[in-house]
Amino acid sequence: MLNIKDLHVKLEEEDKQILKGVNLEVKAGKVHAIMGPNGSGKSTLSYVLSGRDGYEVTGGSAHLGEDDLLEMEPEERAAAGLFLAFQYPVEIPGVGNMTFLRTSVNAQRKARGEEEMSAADFLKEVRARAKDLKIDADMLKRPVNVGFSGGEKKRNEILQMAMLQPKMCILDETDSGLDVDAMKLVSEGVNALRDAGRGFLVITHYQRLLDHIKPDVVHIMADGRIVKTGGPELALEVENNGYADILSEVA
Amino acid sequence: MAAPAEKQNTTEARIAALDLPKGGWSDAARTEALTRLRVMGLPERRDEYWKFTRPDALTSVDVPTAAVLGTKEAPVFSEMDALRIVFNDGVFDAEASDDLAMAHVQISRLADSSSDIHWAAGLYGQLEANGQAPVARPLATLNTAFATDGVLIQVVGQAPKPISLVYNHLNKASEAILHHVIKLDPGAKLTVLEAGPAAARLNKVMEIDVADGAAFHHVRAQGRDHERCAATHIFARLGQESVFKSFTLTANGRLTRNECVIELTGDDAIAHVAGACVGDGDFHHDDTVFVTHDALRCESRQVFKKVLRNGAIGVFQGKILVKAGAQKTDGYQISQSLLLDDDSQFLAKPELEIYADDVVCSHGSTSGAIDEEALFYLRSRGVPAPTATNLLTLAFLAEAVEEIEDENLRAALVDQLEGWLERHRS
Repeated sequence: MLNIKDLHVKLEEEDKQILKGVNLEVKAGKVHAIMGPNGSGKSTLSYVLSGRDGYEVTGGSAHLGEDDLLEMEPEERAAAGLFLAFQYPVEIPGVGNMTFLRTSVNAQRKARGEEEMSAADFLKEVRARAKDLKIDADMLKRPVNVGFSGGEKKRNEILQMAMLQPKMCILDETDSGLDVDAMKLVSEGVNALRDAGRGFLVITHYQRLLDHIKPDVVHIMADGRIVKTGGPELALEVENNGYADILSEVA
Repeated sequence: MAAPAEKQNTTEARIAALDLPKGGWSDAARTEALTRLRVMGLPERRDEYWKFTRPDALTSVDVPTAAVLGTKEAPVFSEMDALRIVFNDGVFDAEASDDLAMAHVQISRLADSSSDIHWAAGLYGQLEANGQAPVARPLATLNTAFATDGVLIQVVGQAPKPISLVYNHLNKASEAILHHVIKLDPGAKLTVLEAGPAAARLNKVMEIDVADGAAFHHVRAQGRDHERCAATHIFARLGQESVFKSFTLTANGRLTRNECVIELTGDDAIAHVAGACVGDGDFHHDDTVFVTHDALRCESRQVFKKVLRNGAIGVFQGKILVKAGAQKTDGYQISQSLLLDDDSQFLAKPELEIYADDVVCSHGSTSGAIDEEALFYLRSRGVPAPTATNLLTLAFLAEAVEEIEDENLRAALVDQLEGWLERHRS
């Protein structure tokens, strides 16, 4: 599903190489986790895949199925089925959450040549999905993420994911800023979307999120590369011993 | 002080090209206005409040021609249940207008000088004259002298429906000089809607006297013609516990100068004035607002938003004057521009002048571009960049548009804005 080969990325504004040859394949139905110390390039990887400005790809490739992601606009990547749950969801004053969701859903459908969702169907769907995530009517009416708590913002990301039904979901430190209850709620939302046809890439600092969203594969990223890959036990090793042991072992 | 020679020449040339309408109750006010105009002279670039806007196209003898926008679409507000009064190039159209009769409201025409309209004789040109200090507004004085038509509306109770003034522009070299006088008696309520470009060049004055406990709502859309020029003035005087709320939407127009002069003379009065404009290319839009607080516990609010692209220019000159003794004044002013490219400009001059010591007054002015973070967020959800830009542009304008209390009127103007953004996609 997601296939990244020898991806090299530098900052556009300065001569600083962030990703130094990332290789990663996520198959449909699998959950991969990426862990790693601060500054290892985890978030950069998520931004580059979703098409954010400010990065220059200096080598390698990234494909979602047959689609060459790096050749596509951000909205085309989204319509192709890529979704990034932001570490810091953006506040958009003046744009209602419902308008935002409906515009997004229908823009993607239109781009794929599908029929737009009717207002009634959309309302029914969004209410059902919101209820699962304990998102009340007021949060749906308010401007996108404005005045939302950290937990509410993350739940709102998962609501978008549930409405858009992407093929490949990237979760960038979705656990940051969440208390135990919110983490449970968000994880349940993610787990409900686990499906044989959908892949996940979960970026996190901590093992605790992986207690709730159980990964099939765990990667350790350091200095712009994936330095170690293993099963769920690798996350536990990080939790118990920190990154130092693993890094010295691969150095 | 007499105006300098050059200014005098411009003024005399302009006066010579116009006919002073004769007859009836307005004669005295017109003659008096003409005298005042000769003393002050028409505006020129050197005048303090015309630094950002060249007045030439508004003062020239020849009317700058403006192509007529041939649109088949129904004008804004045409869906509203309202009493319609239609002007074509500034001339009243009886055929297209409704019967000028409504409960609690008396409507006459300025051009109908036969009757002796006592109440209007005491107001016509009066609020305009009061609004000349400390800043001269000569185009309004010219209007008082030479206005050819307009409506005189007296409201004694709650008007059952809005009055909708429809201004059609039919001739590419037309000029309209319209002057409306609106008097709300104590406790009266009226909504006035205005729509359309009016003429190739428009000079319009609206004088509104809002008595104690009365409420006046005003929503206008200045048409979509690209080349028209317009200078409009609102002069409002507010009595105790009265309410005045005015909103203006401007889309297109080569030159627009909208002045609003409000005097809060009764305690606990409320005045809100807001505007949203969208301009692409040959567009110069100037909001000049002057609010005077001269009573206790009054509230004033100015909210202006401008979206500018392809070299469009926006101007805001807004003043809050709080006179000595106007304690507990609550004044607010915000002017913001969204510059969609590097070629557009926003020039703002916010002013506060306060002589009372127990007041709250705040003002702010900003210029910015589309928020890149928000744009990426929307695109990452599949919204194409032009649609996302339009969504964020509407969001920027929302704060001003929300000043319109009536939901249907607000929706009608949002439709206009969406239409404009759709036609001007990047």
